[in-house]
This record gives sequence, structure tokens and C-alpha cells, in this order.
Amino acid sequence: MNSKNGLKAGGLRKLIAYIVLIILAFLCLFFFYILIINSTRNHAQIQQGFSAVPGKAFMKNFNNVLNDANVPIVSGIKNSFVISACSAALAVYFSALTAYGLYAYDFKLKKPAFVFILLILVMPTQVSALGFLRLVKSIPFMKDNLLPLIVPSIAAPAVFYFMYSYMQSSLPMELVEAARIDGCSEFKTFNRVVMPILKPALAVQAIFVFVSSWNNYFMPALVIDRKELKTLPILIASLRGADFLKFDMGKVYMLIMLAIVPIIIVYILLSKYIVAGVALGGVKE
Amino acid sequence: MKKRITKLMALLLTTSMLVPMTACSTGGNEAKSDEHVLNIWCWNDEFQSRFNDYYPEVKKVSKDKSKTYLKDGTVVKWTINENKGNNYQNKLDEALAAQDDKDDNEKIDIFLIEADYALKYVNSSATLDVVKDVGLTKKDLGDQYQYTKDIVTTKGVQKATSWQAAPGLFAYRRSVAKQVLGTDDPVEVQKSLSDWNKFNEVAGKAKSAGFQMLSGYDDSFRVFSNNVKQPWVKGDTVTVDKNIMEWVKQTKEFTDKGYNNKTSLWNDAWSKDQGPDGKVFGFFYSTWGINFTLMKNSLADPDGKAQVGNGAFGDWAVCEGPAPYYWGGSWLCAAKGTDDKKEIKDIMRKLTCDKNIMKKMTENPEIQDYTNTVSGMEEIAKDPNFGSEFLGGQNHVALFSESANKIDMSNTSKYDQGCNEKIQTAMKDYFDGKVSLDKAKKNFETSIKETYPTIKKVEWPNE
Amino acid sequence: MKENKTKKYRRDKHGKWGYVFILPFFLTFAIFQFIPLASTIYYSFFEYYRDGLDVIGPKFVGLRNYVELFGADLPKYLGNTFILWIIGFIPQIVVSLVLAAWFTDERLKIKGKQFFKVVIYMPNLIMASAFSMLFFALFSDIGPINSFLVSSGFVKEPVRFLSSVIGARGLIALMNFLMWFGNTTILLMAAVMGISPSLFEAAQLDGCNHRQIFFKITLPSIRPILVYVFITSMIGGLQMFDVPQILTGGAGSPNRTTTTMIMFLNNHLYSKNNGMAGAVSVVLFVICAVLCLAVYKTSDPAGENK
Repeated sequence: MNSKNGLKAGGLRKLIAYIVLIILAFLCLFFFYILIINSTRNHAQIQQGFSAVPGKAFMKNFNNVLNDANVPIVSGIKNSFVISACSAALAVYFSALTAYGLYAYDFKLKKPAFVFILLILVMPTQVSALGFLRLVKSIPFMKDNLLPLIVPSIAAPAVFYFMYSYMQSSLPMELVEAARIDGCSEFKTFNRVVMPILKPALAVQAIFVFVSSWNNYFMPALVIDRKELKTLPILIASLRGADFLKFDMGKVYMLIMLAIVPIIIVYILLSKYIVAGVALGGVKE
Repeated sequence: MKKRITKLMALLLTTSMLVPMTACSTGGNEAKSDEHVLNIWCWNDEFQSRFNDYYPEVKKVSKDKSKTYLKDGTVVKWTINENKGNNYQNKLDEALAAQDDKDDNEKIDIFLIEADYALKYVNSSATLDVVKDVGLTKKDLGDQYQYTKDIVTTKGVQKATSWQAAPGLFAYRRSVAKQVLGTDDPVEVQKSLSDWNKFNEVAGKAKSAGFQMLSGYDDSFRVFSNNVKQPWVKGDTVTVDKNIMEWVKQTKEFTDKGYNNKTSLWNDAWSKDQGPDGKVFGFFYSTWGINFTLMKNSLADPDGKAQVGNGAFGDWAVCEGPAPYYWGGSWLCAAKGTDDKKEIKDIMRKLTCDKNIMKKMTENPEIQDYTNTVSGMEEIAKDPNFGSEFLGGQNHVALFSESANKIDMSNTSKYDQGCNEKIQTAMKDYFDGKVSLDKAKKNFETSIKETYPTIKKVEWPNE
Repeated sequence: MKENKTKKYRRDKHGKWGYVFILPFFLTFAIFQFIPLASTIYYSFFEYYRDGLDVIGPKFVGLRNYVELFGADLPKYLGNTFILWIIGFIPQIVVSLVLAAWFTDERLKIKGKQFFKVVIYMPNLIMASAFSMLFFALFSDIGPINSFLVSSGFVKEPVRFLSSVIGARGLIALMNFLMWFGNTTILLMAAVMGISPSLFEAAQLDGCNHRQIFFKITLPSIRPILVYVFITSMIGGLQMFDVPQILTGGAGSPNRTTTTMIMFLNNHLYSKNNGMAGAVSVVLFVICAVLCLAVYKTSDPAGENK
């Protein structure tokens, strides 16, 4: 009886789930569809509004973007990639390290340190932007390169906080102790035992950091002057600021498209770790 | 899988340490010490193109366009930062402030500015006098349009110079004018639109014939704001000119009576109103806008050839409209601290004072810049063979050159950019019927004081 | 009980390692954030801005910036920010929780689960500025939404979405929702996957239905991550900037009802007004900090972080 009812309710629940999921998936993919459509239309068509039908200007837009010497797209992708990949790696590794330091050890300044990080979590970037700019301009080895956009991601309070919360729900201390009994050093324990357990959390946060730094315009625009160092969002902004002769929304959408392809690839690669459903139960038992 | 992610992490960590390091060691393309560098700063590549195409001393351009090599060995280095979120000005301000601490080859030599914030730089000591310091003569500058000099002149000293002039006209649909006024002849249409009262009257007629006079709220703004009796700001007080309030009155009336389509500049509905199916009488547009923006928008098939038969091509004409105004333009400033005055003088003279070079820009169908040479433009104006097919064969340069001489831009202030933007934003809510006029005024006061802390008071004209 | 034992053990033997592990973070923070931060706070007591190219100040003015701030419409912007956050957050957390439960429910065999999981995060890959360009096109006076509304007879005239308070706020919330619900779902999913499957199995054997499992097992187990989501979302909400900024062209229109705290702060950055911007920052900081600590305290009754 019980199972019969459950089956019925399960069927209805499943139907609702499918309807909701299909609507949401449609909403999500729809925007990619218009992006692609717009990259096939020419400037005047885009200016005059929405269309669901593709235009004929795809190759023209594509060549226009590639042939614009003032939009160095290859170096743009390279710079964006270097910044995003490095930021993601530094942010997740050091945040996990910090979270572990506060989670697994007991020391005098533990509580103040935790509260302190929670507090700095609430500072928006805009607040310290002017001071930050002044600072990096005064550090010699940070002049005229990408380091100012990479190194600060070591201190990523939001990532730290997530790692900490994740450890609270998924990292049993018994495991750590077992490793110690096996004679592992503290760092080895962290790298060999703790990191694998954190895998889903690491992948999730790596994606988030990667994406947000890939799409970040504010800070790079503030720090970067030289063309060779410009990132994709800056290049897109510069196309949008072109003079009337060259202003071409077809080009803008094409560049947006080109900028989105690498990040989709990275996302799909990393998302494997999320969707595969890395169950931690095995470790716990 | 466990191994994979650990490996991936390790790999990323190592690259994150190494890549930026190598990137900076290979990326640094410091000029060789014996190279003579001229630094030019701008917000897009418009001037860069003109320079590379028309400056006679150019020898070659580097593949990525970041450098232009001159015949005498000088290297022109371009620094282009887009102005989104005031980015260009912020960077420029920082660089100008640090100008004294830099090597000669790193100092900014020339930078470009726009009219709305020109006085910010012109009024400062960061720019050089183009006559006394740079060495242009009164004769060199004699052929430039007066308004292009007024905008960048402070206390009688001219601090910048431009190759462009951007006088504005009223571009109207010939077919619509025929239905509303019974004629599409520019002279006759001008007679019906020669002042604002007549203009508003025609707007009523257009409405009863099923058309809108203008497309949106900001279309006529510049025509009013260019003809104010006093600058926006004196000392710490914003004084809203009567003419600005005239714009408010007119736009509110147009909106309430359905004489416009409630669009905003550059949005899709505004562009569409310029297309073949548009029902709008006309648009205020300056030189650059007519033959490019308006023309492209008017085509039915943008992929097809721009010719009569494609959409509204050929169905447009221009007249002077109710008042003279300008829209757009870029100016060259020589930066204080430069060691390259000789080169700057040559560039300014050849690109902004040389009639023959500038005429070539105007005659190039790919550019059609309306250039800053009175006599040069008058020659084209008198040329019976010169006419625009898009405008039904009309010689628009003739009208431009007449209108350009009438523009009076002596009433500017260094806060114009903010004032113009904020008043339009604040009044939009009023036109939309969302707030009262008083509330809109209050909102303008709030946002202008936020933008410019210097400003303490806002005065409105007595009704 | 077991906890206590391990805690003692930790402090005794390995405590000093804690300092080593957290050192890089704090060092980086001290250099790149604390110094700029300190100057932000410091300058909030000064008159210090740019007038054109001239630098005015710094001149010490005590609390004048703060007085001016509260005389201005600060509470209004705080209210705007809060409203914009809450109307985006409620649907977001509800949808995300439901999705996370569905995706992790073994009994509810959803086909194409992988596909849906990948797709929901994808809007976040689009830059906010590009996203808003698409929104403009969709919701403009001549856009497809309006043509649909008009042709199906719902409205007579096109709806001018961004000109009305409800429309503008609604669009901002919708865009925030679309951009962030996938992110939240992934976080919650990761948390649910961290729960030991044996718990679910046991519950199922005991005959619990999915609702009971969700409320009795899933929710309590992922509480730390839920608190995390709530706090970071609240912070994200209080720091909301790019979506309303781009969607309203920086105007916060209509009638400044979509001007958020950070947009207000940003207005002061135009003239590099270090004084006022600093004061806004400090106020914002205090509000955020109080709210976060309050949430954190109330959600952590066991005092796990003692």
C-alpha cells in the first residue's frame, strides 16, 4: 500500500520536475541562442532590435573581429585564461589550506581569525579599489604585468568560507587522525587525504572563481593600460566604445561569442566533477 | 579520478606561479633607449586611423597598430583605453598627475578630449597653449571654425585643436514632409521649421497626418543646450538655463500629445524609427550621423547595396532647423611636460590646419569627416557636382558650412558632461509620468551634487 | 563527546600548524586588502576629492561626511538594495533547494539529469553587460515580449518595463535570478552529495517519504552550506551593482528606486570623492557585518566554532 501510493505520487512529482526543469533549461539556453543569432546579424539589424532568425553576416563579423589589429583577440584569450586559471588555482588551494588550518587545529587566535575573515567577506571591491590601485602601482614587480590581478586571489574569503562550511559537513576528523597515525606529516595529510575529500567543493569553487574572473571588467580595466595585457571584457568594451565609423554591434556580439567559447569548454571539463556525483559516503564509512 | 584532480591542481598551481612571470618578461617591449618615442593617448582608434592614413610623415605602421613609425625615426606609441565608466579619463588623470616623474619617452605628448569635458583639461595646467607653447600661428588656426576654438579656449588662450567640425542639422523624411507640409524642398521645409514655435506647430500637423515629429526624449536636447545664455556652472552653483527648461516643456508636451515615440537615443526603437517603416518626421543629427548612422538605419536590406530603392535611401533631406548646434568631435591637446613640441606642432599643423589634407578626409567616401577648414568646406559647398544620393542629391556640405559659422559655444563649463547627462536622466522620469516636475528637479540636484562635490547650489529659472 | 576528545587532542599536539596553514591567506590579505581598506576608512573623515584635475584636500572634517550621508537618501538606497535582493533571493533559494533535492534523489530517476545540471549554471557564463544587452532587446518597446503581450491582447500599448518601478525592479530581480540560481543549486548539490548515503538508505528503510527525508535529513545535514548560501547571497545582495547599473544605464531609474548602495558609492567615485565614498563604505561595512554576524550566530546555536 505504502509503495503503491509512493509510486503514484512519485509519478506526479516526476512530471512536475520535468516541466520545471524544461522551462528553466529553455530560459538558460535561450540567451545563448540569441547570442549566436546576433553574431550572425549585421550592425543595422541588431540596432533595430530582436530577431529569432539568423542573419547572413556570420563570416563577415568573424573576419571583422579577427582582422581588427586593435582587438588582439588571441592575446586577449591568453591573458584572460592566465588570470582566470591562476586565480582559480590560488584561490581554491589557499582557501582550502586556510579553512583546514582553522577547522582542524585549535589555537589561541582561531576564533578571532575566523571572525576576521567573515568580516572582510563583506567588503565590496569598489570600497578599496582606489587604494588598491595606488598600492600595486607602487610595487615594482607588479608594474605592467598580470600579477596584480592574480596574487590577491590567495585571500579569497568567500571561497574560504565555503571550504570551511564544507569541511564542517563532510570532513570527519577521524580521517585526519588516522592519517597521522599512519605517519603522514601535516602537509602531506592535507595534500593527500584532505584535498581529495574536498574534490567536489574544489571543483565547484574553481569554476566560480574562474568564471567571475573571466568576466571581470572592473579590476582589469583599472589596472591594465597596455594593449598586450588586455583581457576579453576590456576588448569587448573597447569595441563598444568605437567611433561611429567602426562601431559595429555585429562585431561586438561576435567577440562576446568568441569570449564565451573557451569558458564553456573549461566549464564542461570541470563540471564533470560536479555532475558525476562524487559521493563522499564511501570515505565516510 | 582522485589523482587526476590532485595533478590538475598541482599543474595549475605551478603555472599560476610561472606564467605571469614569463608573461611579464617577454611582454615588456620597452623602447630601445635611443628610440625617440611620442606617446598619444585616446579612447578609440578614430584619430589613430586618421593619423596613419593622412599624416604625411608616416613611414610604416606596426602589425598590431600599437606603434607608428615616422620618417625621421620617431616612434609614435598609441595608448588606447576605452571610456566605459569614465575609464579613459581616470587613467589619463593618473598619468598626467605622474607626468613629472616619468622619462621623456614615457611622458604623454598628445592626448585627445571631447567637448563635454574639454574645459576640465583646458582650464588646467596639464595642457599647453597651442600658440605660445606649441608654436602654431594665428594664421595656421585662422581657417578653423570659430566654435571649435571657443570650446577649447580659456581666458583667450587656445589649448587644443581639432580636425573635425560637427555642425548639426535637422534630417527629415521627404515623403513625410510632403504629406505634412505639401513639399519636400529643403528651403520650403526650413521656412516651416525655422524657430521652435513653428517647429511645434508642424509637430501638431504631423500628428494629425499620422506621424510623430521626433522619435524620443533627447532628440532635441542638444539644439536647446547649445544655445544657452550662460554656462551650466559658475563657482559652486549650477544655473539651469531657461532654454533647458524650454526643452523640458517641449518634450513633456510632445510626449503627452503623442508627438514622439518615447524612445531614447541609440535604443532599438529609436533606430527602427529611422528605418523604412519609421513614422517619424525627422532627427537632429550632425555631420557624422547622417551619412553613416542614419543611412545604415534607413536601409531595408542592410546587406544590400546602399542605393535608391533600398528602404528609405534617397528619401531623406536636411535643413538647418530651429537653431544651430553641434554634436561630437575630438580635440588634440599637447600635454605639459612633453619634450617633443616640434613634432606635436607638425602633427597639429598638418592634421588640423592643413586645408588640403583635411579636404582629402572629407572627400574620402569611407570617412566623409566634416573637417575643420572653413575655406575648404566652402569650396566643396560651392561644387555643383557634390551631392549626396542618400539625401536625394542635396549638397549637405553647403548647409553644414552655413550652420557651422553660427554655432556659439562660448558658454561652456567643465561640468557640462555631468550636467547634460544628469538633467536628461532626471527629466526622463518626468516625461514618463513617473514623478512630478519638482521631484525630477530634486533628483537632478541630488545627482549633480553627488557627481561634483564642488557644487553646492542649484538655481532654476523663474517661470 | 567524541568531538571534545579530538579537540583537546588537536590543541595539544598540532595547534601551531594552524598558524602555518592560515599564514599565506592573512599575509596576502594584509598587503592587498588591508592597506587599501585602512586608507578608505581613514579618508572617510576627510574632505578629499577631485575638481576636474585639481585635488581638493585632504582636509580633516571629522564626522561631516557621515552627517551628510544620513542627511542624504541613504536609508532609501538601503531599502532599494534590500528589496532588490529579497525579490531575487526568495525564488532563487526555493528553486535551488528543490532542484538540489530532485537532482540528488535517487528514487526520482530524472532522465537527462546531467544535461540539466550543466545547463542551469550556464547563464552565469555570460558577462553581465552582454546579458543585459539581450535583456534590453527582449524587453524593449518593440521587443518580442511586448509584441507577444500586445498581439495576444494582454495590453494595448507596449509595456515600458524599465520606466516603471515594478518593471525595473522585476527585471533586475529576474536577471539576478537567472544568473545565480544555477550557482546556488550547484553549491547545495555539492552539500547534499556530501551527506552519507547510508543516512538516506536508513531513512528509506524506515519508510520515510521524500518530503520527510528532505526536511528531516537533507536540510539539517546541509545547514552549514545553507548558512553559507544565505550569508554570501545577502552580502552579494547588499553589494549588488552591475545588473542594476547596466540595466538602468547607471541612473538607478525610475526616480532612483533602483539605486543600490554600491551604485550610490559608485556615484561618489566619479569625482574620486574619497571622503564620501569612504563614509558610504564604512556604513555599508558596519551594516553587512552586523547582519552577517547576526545570521551566523542565530544559525549556529550549538556554538560549533568555539
